[in-house]
This record gives sequence, C-alpha cells and structure tokens, in this order.
Amino acid sequence: MRQSKGIEKERSFIMALQIMKERNTGKINTVTIGATQEQGGTRTSVVTVGGDTALPFLQFEGNFPNQPVIAMEVQSRVPEQWNEIVKEPFADVLSDPAAWAKKCVEDYGAQLIYLKLSGADPDLENYTTKQCVKIVKDVLAAVGVPLIVVGCGNDEKDNQVMPAVAEAAAGENLLLGVAGKDNYKSIVAAAMVHHHNVIALTPCDINICKQLNILITEMGLGLDRIIIDPGAGALGYGIEYTYSILERERLGALQGDSMLSTPVIASVGYEAWRAKEANAPENEFPSFGKQAERGILWEAMTATALLQGGIHIIVMRHPEAINLAQKNIAELMAPQAI
Amino acid sequence: MALTGLDIFKQLPKKNCKECGVATCMAFAMSIASGKAALESCPYVSEEAKEILGAAGAPPIRLVKVGVGEKALALGDETVIFRHDKTFFHPTAFAVSVDDTLSADLLAAKIAKINDLKVERVGQELSVNLIAVVNASHDSAKYKDTIEKVTSQTDFPLVLISNNIAALEAALSVVSANRPLIYAATADNYEQVIGLAKSYNCPVVVKGNNLADTAALVEKVAPLYKELVIDTGSRTTSQVLADQTQIRRLSIKKKFRPLGYPTITFTTSDDPREEVIQAGVYIAKFASIIVVKADEKSQILPLLTWRQNVYTDPQKPIAVEAKIYEIGAVTPDSPVYICTNFALTYFAVEGEVSGSKIPGYILPVDTDGTSILTSWASGKFTADSIAEFLESSGIKSKINHTTCVIPGHTAVLSGKLKEKSGWNVLVGPEEAAGIPAFAKAHFL
Repeated sequence: MRQSKGIEKERSFIMALQIMKERNTGKINTVTIGATQEQGGTRTSVVTVGGDTALPFLQFEGNFPNQPVIAMEVQSRVPEQWNEIVKEPFADVLSDPAAWAKKCVEDYGAQLIYLKLSGADPDLENYTTKQCVKIVKDVLAAVGVPLIVVGCGNDEKDNQVMPAVAEAAAGENLLLGVAGKDNYKSIVAAAMVHHHNVIALTPCDINICKQLNILITEMGLGLDRIIIDPGAGALGYGIEYTYSILERERLGALQGDSMLSTPVIASVGYEAWRAKEANAPENEFPSFGKQAERGILWEAMTATALLQGGIHIIVMRHPEAINLAQKNIAELMAPQAI
Repeated sequence: MALTGLDIFKQLPKKNCKECGVATCMAFAMSIASGKAALESCPYVSEEAKEILGAAGAPPIRLVKVGVGEKALALGDETVIFRHDKTFFHPTAFAVSVDDTLSADLLAAKIAKINDLKVERVGQELSVNLIAVVNASHDSAKYKDTIEKVTSQTDFPLVLISNNIAALEAALSVVSANRPLIYAATADNYEQVIGLAKSYNCPVVVKGNNLADTAALVEKVAPLYKELVIDTGSRTTSQVLADQTQIRRLSIKKKFRPLGYPTITFTTSDDPREEVIQAGVYIAKFASIIVVKADEKSQILPLLTWRQNVYTDPQKPIAVEAKIYEIGAVTPDSPVYICTNFALTYFAVEGEVSGSKIPGYILPVDTDGTSILTSWASGKFTADSIAEFLESSGIKSKINHTTCVIPGHTAVLSGKLKEKSGWNVLVGPEEAAGIPAFAKAHFL
C-alpha cells in the first residue's frame, strides 16, 4: 500500500514529452530549369528545386519534394587566378568550356552546369556577343543537363550579351543571371520573351531582396521563374550574415510571404576560394595546416553551413568538396524518427 | 516565459545606488531581462524577491560548467532558436577523442598535436576545448594510467568515456579536481554513475536511446543531481538535427525541464573530412559539445571558423584595432588604402591587397566596427575622421608620398578629404575585389 502510493507520487511528476511540430502556412516555390525535347528544348534531364514546407531538412514537420542540387562552375575563359588545387581536376579542359562542362557531367556527375561568361569582360578577353552565344551553344551541345548562364558582371556588356544568349537558347529554359536592383529590366525582358528563369541578386539585405522580387514580378515574370541569390559570404567572411538572412527569408516564406518564397542559389565556390584560408600556403601560415585539404573543406563547409540556412542550388568548383556536400545532403535527407 | 524588465523591476529595492554597475534599478532590470546582468550583482535585493525571480527567471537551458581555471567551459544557458532573435551565447565546445589503447609515445604525440590545435582569427584566439579519453581497452588500470598521462600533458578539461564504473572511478580519483565531464549515465547504471558524479562533484552525461527515452531518464536523474549534459543516443546527421531542434524548442518555448540541459553529440564517419562536415551541421544546430576524431589543423580550422561565425553577436560586429597594417614587404613608396575597422571590411581589403602582390598599408578608420556604407551613412566615415586618422596613425613617418586610396562607394568624400588633409586622394574600386586590377594600374 505504502509502496504503490510512492510510485503514484513519482508518476505525477513525469511530464509527457510532446513533440513540437510547426504548422506552416506558406512554402518555397518550385522552379524548374531545363527543358527536354518534348518540352521544346534539347536537354536530356531537367532539375526542379524548392517546394519545401518547413525549415531546412526538418522532415518530421514538412515535405522536401526536391533535394538541394549542386551546379558545377565552368568559365568561358581560363581562370588563371584559381588556386592550382581547383584547376588541377580540370587541367586538360580549362581552355574549352564545352569540354570542361562535359568533364563535369561525365567524370564528376554534375546535375547542372553554371556557365559564367567571364571572358565577355571588357577588361579581359572582351568576347563579342556572337562569341558568347557560340560558347553557350557549344556547351548546350556538349552536355544534356540544364544550364545556368551568367554574365561577366559588367552591366553594360551583360545587357548586350544576355538578351542574345536568351534568344539563341530559346526553349532551353535556362536560368539566367543576374538581375540586380539597378539593372534588371533587360535580362528580365529577355527571360520573359524567350521563356527562361532569372537569378535575382541582392547584397545580403532581406528588404531589397523582397523589393527586387516585386519589381521583377511587376514586369510580368512569374515567381516560379525567379531564384534569389542573397549575395552569400564565405565561411569566415560574413557567412553568418548570409545565414541569418536565409533563415529570415525561410521563416518569411513559411509564414506565407510570397515575395520571400523563391528558392535560393549561392556562389559557394567563388566565395570560398576567395578566402585567405583556402589559398594561403602552409609554410606562410603553419597554424592553418595543409592547404589542399583546407581549401576543399573551406568550400564544403561553406556549402554545409548555407544548406542549414536553406539554399537550393549550390554553385561549386572542387570535385572533392562537391562529394562532401553531396554526402551531407544525402545524410540530411534520411528520414527522421520523431 | 522569461520575465520582462518591468516584472523584474517591481522586485528590486529601487535604491538606484549603482552598486550593481548599472545607472538605475530600471536599467538594471532591463539588463537582467536581456541576459546581460545577473540578479546577484545587486547587494540589497531581498530573499523573497530572489526566490520569486529565481523561480520564474530560471534559464530554460541550464548552465553547466566543465573544467576549471582558464580552460573551463560554460555550456548551455541559451535563450533563442535563431541567432538573429538575439545571439547564441556559449559556443559549441570541440572535444577530440583519444583511445587508452595508444602506446605512451603515440599518446604523448597525439596530446601534443591536440594542444596545438589553435589559431588566431579576426583577433580572436580559437582552439579545440576538450580531450575525450575513451576507455577502449575496457581495463580500469590502463584507463587510470592513461588519464594520469593525459592530465600531465594538457590543460584541456577531459571527457571520461567508459561504460565501466570501476574505470570511471579510477579516473576520477586522478582528475576530479579538474572537473571533467563523465560519460555516461544510462538506464542501466545511472544510480552508480550519478553517485560518482555527486561524490566527485563533476558534471555527467545522461544518455538515452532516443529523445523520449532520454527525457524519461533525465526525469529519474534530475531529482538526484542536476549538473547534466544530455545525449539522445542519435548518431545519424538527420536524426541529430531533429533531436537538437526538438530539445532547443521544447526547453525554450515550453520550458520542458527534462530537456533543459546542454547537449553532447558525436560524429561518426571514419573519414575525418566527412566528420568535419557532419560537425558543421551540429555547430549550427545547437550542440553544446561535439566529439570528433579529426585532429589535423586543416580539418579543425573550418570548424573553429564556422563556430566563431555562428556565435558572433549579430548586434556587435567584430572590429579590428584602428592602426596601421602592413601587408607584404612594404616600402616608403607603398600605397595607402583607407577602409573601416569592421573586421569583415578590413579582411576583405587585406585579402585583396595581399592578392594584388603589391605591398601596401591599410588604415582602418575606427567606425565602431561598421562597414563602409553603414559608417558613411551614419557619419562615422567622413573626410574629417579620415583626415584625423591620417594624422594620428603615424603613417606619415612611414612613407615618402601623400597619396591615399578611398573606397569607390565613398568617392563623394574625395574633394573634401583632399582639402582637409592635403593628401592626394585616389578613388579606388567599389568592391575590394577590384583592388588587384586597380593596384596594377596605379602602383606598378
């Protein structure tokens, strides 16, 4: 009698564990890149991103119909400034964008190619519009995966080149970049006329991001054709700002703010391989350890960190860093028992 | 629910004596509410008030201390789920694991290697924090011997990992004064392990088989002892993410006491690079301790950096000291670049100046750690402040020219700066990335 009373008393203290699942009203849009022959293009595969209904990888309370994808970066000129470690896997193809893209797909399993028309830069090779269009067409012919094509970063030049690219690749459903707050009309118009998608780039500012999405949709391009680039910072170089912006955008989208519900792309390879820690030789910075492994991990960790913030397309460079990121995504997509 | 400043103010003595270090009782109450001050700083607060505030204001996640002295760690005591809501306070501790099966020589080499896993970044000294000694031999004499050797070679606090009570007790007889973390109390052994923790006054991990099981076990343990760290037993990346999220949510939003403790997680891959990436997830998602096997500097640096980033207070940017920085082998002819002392701005400029291969001086003006455009908009980066810094920094004695480069976004300052300082002002590129091309064009 006494004993059972004691047990009862103990039981009454036990608090039941009630799992907390957030019920979100909004979700991330889906965007499809590429078009097969039946869809009017020439791609052998397409990529769809977005559709998430919860915070990144919280499968116990949401759906993730499309897992994040990695786009491999190809440039339209030899990227002399790249670290030797990054150039090495592509050493035999760096001067030929089509062969480079082919290697990414065939040897490294790229699902998407990110083609940067860096050679169009007036301060560099200053390729003509015609030359740029030819490079895009060569890459399209060399690989069957969908393409992201971005300009060299010089607004004036990009405004000449990108509409021509959009026209020449009509039907391929490219992802074109980049539209910025002060220069979005020409690329958005080209995407609308020739049925492509655009990257809307804003420098780490959630309000400008939202405003740019509004400006672009006001021109008539659907929200399902926009991918946002938050202007990511690399590990050690402002990544925490990007991370928090991504979290706020995701929370906004889940609460139903449609202008924040576009999927996210981030230039991880470019940012990570700019960091001193990725490039500095070990003999100059003994406390940093071996440079090759450090650089690869710098890129992979930048990707991992931003994945936790909620990115959908990761633009990367080094095949070993890509392997690490892919493995991380696969692990995060494993079902959760809750 | 956390108390508001007003709730706390009602319980204070209202003497406004400033002895707590804050100007008024109201301001002190506000500081407590935002976690910047502790009630103990007030010498006049009544016992009754302490009780009321203590119970209501108890942190949702308990603060647990591991180690003593300089390398002691404070774990837990977090208040938000998203860093942008306030900040994360107590950075994730990294523990590198060591097996007691290593020979004396290998052990000594390994400990020396771990002791050396430190680096300076953005003016902060970063390092791993703990050594987890694993009783892989299952032999308590060997374990004790290993613990003796390890403690003689390092100042890092230890995590004692064994499922052998005798081994734990033998180890504690050596290191308990250093307050190691005991691993772990389980459903089968918790009475004995908690007994050890209590008698040696050391924190202890409670390990369950899943989230619910862990919460149930903590409920049995907590009435006996409260210096706890919890391990839900999950080892896959996605499950740890789910568990950690629930622990943080339930303790903060529901004040669910059985999960209101710091957490410990373990990476599992045999490939150290994969371990590092796995740990990257746990840093972002609330782990208080991560135990890794990886021990190369190249592997640890990305972890230390990501932790530093996540735990940076979003309201207090990291700043560098406003002084002259010499990049490369500078000469009196080297160019002078002006920027702000926001660490990110400075390091972006530094990276590009060093990348340009043209040695140069960088002068980060003190703008309270704000970026170029932010400080310009708030009037901290002006012709006056730059001119004053050109004078006070002592740069003039190092160079034989009077030309400086200002950031492109603040080109509008150039005329006035020239007038105020008498220097020749060059307008540089808008982004630091343009510095190498700019430097080649102007200084080669």
